[in-house]
Amino acid sequence: MIAIIDYDMGNLRSVKNALHELGADYKVTADPRDIREAERVLLPGVGNAAEAMHKLRERGLIETILRLRRPVLGICVGMQVMCRHSEEGDAECMGIFDAFVKKFEPGPELKVPHTGWNTIHNLESKLFKGIKGGEWVYYVHSYYAGLCPDTIATTIAPPRFSAALKYENFYGTQFHPEKSGETGRKILENFLRL
Amino acid sequence: MVAKRIIPCLDVKGGKTVKGIHFENLREVGDPVELGQYYAAQGADELVYLDISATLEGRDTFTRLVERIADGINIPFTVGGGIKSLEDASRMLEAGADKITLNTAAVENPGLIDSLAGKYGRQFVVVAVDARRDDNGIWHVTTHAGSHTTDRELFAWAEEAEDRGAGEIMFTSMNHDGTKSGYPCDTFARLSEELSIPVIASGGAGSIEDIAAVLTEGCADAALAASIFHFGEIGIPELKRELVDRGVRVRVV
Repeated sequence: MIAIIDYDMGNLRSVKNALHELGADYKVTADPRDIREAERVLLPGVGNAAEAMHKLRERGLIETILRLRRPVLGICVGMQVMCRHSEEGDAECMGIFDAFVKKFEPGPELKVPHTGWNTIHNLESKLFKGIKGGEWVYYVHSYYAGLCPDTIATTIAPPRFSAALKYENFYGTQFHPEKSGETGRKILENFLRL
Repeated sequence: MVAKRIIPCLDVKGGKTVKGIHFENLREVGDPVELGQYYAAQGADELVYLDISATLEGRDTFTRLVERIADGINIPFTVGGGIKSLEDASRMLEAGADKITLNTAAVENPGLIDSLAGKYGRQFVVVAVDARRDDNGIWHVTTHAGSHTTDRELFAWAEEAEDRGAGEIMFTSMNHDGTKSGYPCDTFARLSEELSIPVIASGGAGSIEDIAAVLTEGCADAALAASIFHFGEIGIPELKRELVDRGVRVRVV
């Protein structure tokens, strides 16, 4: 069973649909027991990082997540809260990935939120099996994780940032695989097969 | 850099797709989910669905349609038309919409932008601005599909919407909408310069040249169009190839 963590941070419908399409057996849950027993865990999230941390803490899920030994995938804000710290609401995060989350500076080459399709490069994980550098994925975010030893994919906004992170069994993507068409579907499929 | 986006817009009434010329004389052009899937396969970057039914019964039909769209489409989509309250927007979010557009409701109740951005995040809120240029070159914001002219001015209103929490501005020139005579590129360039959020160009595309112009000279981040796609006048793959040839960064699948 795949657990999709439900902590009231955005709509889970598209993540559910993507798993359904892949024929996966999933459960939307905030129950630590379900999460501990799941073969894979998804931590989606849209919105504010500080609020996301607050809601995870309120539900007593931080320790549960940190102790997981099976593959875990954080998406968007779900990835950001797995970093060390986020400038969004000055939030102390879970510290799984050795990255700091900063706010994008808008400029002539970058509108913020960084919204739309961009390419992923420097792919360094089985998560990207069958995916070539330069494939397109969908982003919508105003904060980004900088580059760090855990970076397994990069995108240039500018600046260049961590499109995806990995530490041991923990994975995170800043982009939305569930909204990234065929490329996103393959990435989710790879996650299920890790 | 993020790609410039091509966004087909589907007007929906009674569960069917329609397109109005100047928002009148509607013509039916198909099933919204099928049409959306077709566009997604063709390389559309996002989809916009506008509910133009404006009746309570129509709203319920639309909500069920949004659920079907969410289940059937794996690219982002925005819904709009008649969203007047936090409850309306929440219903759309729960049905699976990635973003909502506010138009008249944002002008009448600007605080709605703040509450929606506060509750669901900036990325959820697209503020659609319809404006008409007068003989002196001043852009007046209009509401109710262009039928009411307000005392708001385009640039001031767009900046206020950004400050309140809009994640994108979708601008339609009522002088150009439905005319296929192109976009007012100078106005788009100024909007893009003054705002730090993405600008979506809507209403007026008649040719590939028009779209290329608004994405380059007009500095728009995305182009939204309806009839030129629905009636097969321009295919999305052909449009994107042409844009690539002109040096515009677009996603080609």
